[in-house]
Amino acid sequence: MLERRTACLAATLLAVVGCLGAAVAHADYEYNLTPPASTITQEIFDLHMLTTTIATIIMVIVTAMIIYALYAFRHSQGAIPDQDFHNNWFGRWAWVLVPVIVLGIDLSIASSASSTLSSVESHDKADVTVKVTGSQWKWTYEYLDDGIKVVSNLKKLEPTDPLYLRDVDNPLVLPTGKRVRFLLTSSDVLHNWGGAEVVPKKISIPGYINETWTNITKEGVYRGQCYENCGAGHAFMPAVISAVSPDKFEQWRAQQKSQAAQAAAEASSDKVWGKDELVAKGQEVYTKNCMACHQANGKGLPGVFPALSGSKIADGPVAGHLERVIHGKPGTAMAAWGPQLNDLEIAAVVTFERNSWDNHTGDAVQPKDVKAAR
Amino acid sequence: MSGAVTAHDDHHDHGPPKGWQRWLYSTNHKDIGTMYLFFSLFMLFFGGAMAMYIRAELFMPGVQLASPNFYNNMVTDHALVMVFGMVMPAAAGMANWMIPMMIGAPDMALPRLNNLSFWLLPAAALMLVLSIVAPYIFPNGGTPVNTGWTLLPPLSKQVGIGMDFTIFAIHLLGVSSILASINIVTTILNMRAPGMTLMKMPLFVWSWFFTGLLLIAVMPVLAGAVTMLLFDRHFGTSFFDAAGGGDPILFQHLFWFFGHPEVYVLLLPSIGVLGLVIPTFSRKPLFGYKSLVWGMAFLAALGMVVWAHHQYTIGMSLAATNYFMIGTILISIPVGLMLLNFIFTMWRGSMTFETPMLFGIAIILMFSFAGVTGVMLAVVPADMQYHDTMFVVAHFHYALIPGAVFGLYAGVFYWLPKWTGHMYDERLGKIFFWWTTISFNITFFPQHFLGLAGMPRRIVDYSVQYTDFNMISSIGGFLFGLSHLLFLYIIIKTIRGGEKAPAKPWEGAQIGTAGLEWTLPSPPPFHSFTEAPVVR
Repeated sequence: MLERRTACLAATLLAVVGCLGAAVAHADYEYNLTPPASTITQEIFDLHMLTTTIATIIMVIVTAMIIYALYAFRHSQGAIPDQDFHNNWFGRWAWVLVPVIVLGIDLSIASSASSTLSSVESHDKADVTVKVTGSQWKWTYEYLDDGIKVVSNLKKLEPTDPLYLRDVDNPLVLPTGKRVRFLLTSSDVLHNWGGAEVVPKKISIPGYINETWTNITKEGVYRGQCYENCGAGHAFMPAVISAVSPDKFEQWRAQQKSQAAQAAAEASSDKVWGKDELVAKGQEVYTKNCMACHQANGKGLPGVFPALSGSKIADGPVAGHLERVIHGKPGTAMAAWGPQLNDLEIAAVVTFERNSWDNHTGDAVQPKDVKAAR
Repeated sequence: MSGAVTAHDDHHDHGPPKGWQRWLYSTNHKDIGTMYLFFSLFMLFFGGAMAMYIRAELFMPGVQLASPNFYNNMVTDHALVMVFGMVMPAAAGMANWMIPMMIGAPDMALPRLNNLSFWLLPAAALMLVLSIVAPYIFPNGGTPVNTGWTLLPPLSKQVGIGMDFTIFAIHLLGVSSILASINIVTTILNMRAPGMTLMKMPLFVWSWFFTGLLLIAVMPVLAGAVTMLLFDRHFGTSFFDAAGGGDPILFQHLFWFFGHPEVYVLLLPSIGVLGLVIPTFSRKPLFGYKSLVWGMAFLAALGMVVWAHHQYTIGMSLAATNYFMIGTILISIPVGLMLLNFIFTMWRGSMTFETPMLFGIAIILMFSFAGVTGVMLAVVPADMQYHDTMFVVAHFHYALIPGAVFGLYAGVFYWLPKWTGHMYDERLGKIFFWWTTISFNITFFPQHFLGLAGMPRRIVDYSVQYTDFNMISSIGGFLFGLSHLLFLYIIIKTIRGGEKAPAKPWEGAQIGTAGLEWTLPSPPPFHSFTEAPVVR
């Protein structure tokens, strides 16, 4: 009986040691919360270490008590049960003693947590304000002071790549040493944005705005993902933050501004575009915005995302096609692209869709047609 | 199956009807209890199969087995099946079997209602199965139910017809558990034998009293929330749509107003089982019986006003967040009191280590662990880092598997001799205990590390850095799943035969507030008490 129990205990220990051993063998293993790289996550990290330490101490005490009881109070060792134990002074007062001790621990955690919470929820003046919009399944970052907009899509990599599902085409670029305010919202369903190293999570809600902030202390690339189930692509929308020095950030900002101005000028010009130009441009827009659902072959996913190849809309009248792209289809994952893309981009992607796969309409939709359809 | 409850009819009254009528028309608390237990055993394997699929998919990076939507459908239904189909019916089955016998009642207070509350369950299960297959069998069935068990809009508005089946399944399950709770609370208040005062009731009866009250209070809120969702989906209302003046977060408040007390609905019956198992095998009375009863009352009351700790990242006001944080941390007071009372019950006792006791001790340890990770999660700023990661998954599986499921296993082994009249195979029981406990820890312990490293929950595919812990977790998961075949074998073996169980097995170790079930033979007669026993 005793031997068997010892054997079982040994087996448990072996299993645990085996797990840890397998884990330690890997150099880049993480057992703890990712190391912080901003003022606010540093504060949270310290709080996390406080609660983890208290939790560990409590577990050690509880385990020690149980192990001692298992050792000392065994029937097989002739232990005599103390039938009056619950009636002695301890039995009468434990109901006060235990809660008082637990309350003491609770309050020490709560007071420390409460002050950290106040910093997380503070609304001091920010140097940079970024609006973060979650949509199925990408992030859009808008620098509200500069009119810069960055659309951030998953970079397709092989499952063996170290950055598989963790990298995007355009990361969010932020300066170090500045207070950055984030305004979070969503264009469709709930999403949740954050990156444990630099910014704690907040949920993004369609129709509402949430706020959080950071002040990054170290340059580097920080990775998070969407943390609220948002449907089929939930696993595939990483949030990547690239923190650079304030000088580099200024350069990047100037460059983005001039690019944005150029694109806007191009889109509003009266130029009549050729079909091939539009198709080439449209393919870029499609890859960035549409491919996640409708797929590269335009066949969608049967039963979930409709095919564009040979579809009634993409092969039908131009007006209907524009209408669907600009206004979306309410109640489904098909977003309204009108506010997100400019006239040229919509014209290009519609032209691309009408002249790809099994679609051979030969139409070349012009930006002015889009303007008229809006 | 009928071997389990064959009537040993020493009384003059009629035995059970024969054949299918005995079960379909049953108003006997033992027969209905048996049906509940078999139903939950079936659902255990149904929900377990989904878990096996989930762990297989997460074995390595890449989407190997099915589409992301199917994966999230399985995540959703694994939770719904395990919560509503497995743990709650198993606890209700034990309540049906044991409470009337413990308090000396002839049967449940409302036997026909009892029949209805059971037979709603298979209908609800059918609805759940339909919600899974609907997208494939109906034209334009739409997306599978890929929302997770919280069914949060707006995502749940994008889902196809499967969501409507899920909503109706929840309605049926809700009606079933409200009726069962009304019945149990009524039985406890009105059907006690003379002399069985409230403070003499076994802890299991008390635990179900609070469970019943909680269910009656919160189930209607869930029913209301999903009905509002149904209206938003089909009848043009916009309770949860900002474009129509609604708020998606309202659903979260309604859901978790139900969802958090639901956690205690799952936990309390198992705490009640522990309150019987630990004193029995320590051979001394329960330590702090009164404080356990009041602790459960406090836990139930506090549990109803801390729901928003499931939604710390929604952007509440600072004052509200502080309130929910401190309220949640205070839950450690009744829980800590309960667990320490169990340790003090073992203290200066004379312990033997039969299967129920092994589970009892393991529960105290592992549930304490869930408790301390719970306090870590209760701390709002830290939760903003843990929120929706695998750390949360690890935490609530540590809370619900030891806290609820292992408690039920302890109950099954504790009462199998009473139910069947046969002792279970102690050697196999112990093998089952070590097998499940070790494989459970291999499955869920590494998930804490995954969560701290930032792996979100409800994702079908993950990046390479999370591979090794996920592999360990999956291997543990398969072993954990496999161990339940042994569980099934032990139960079947015990029903079919074995050493005859005395009225009071384990040399009559049941001491203190153990209840009147041990005064009856094993198995008890079809009608337990024809005359009310008197408790001195």
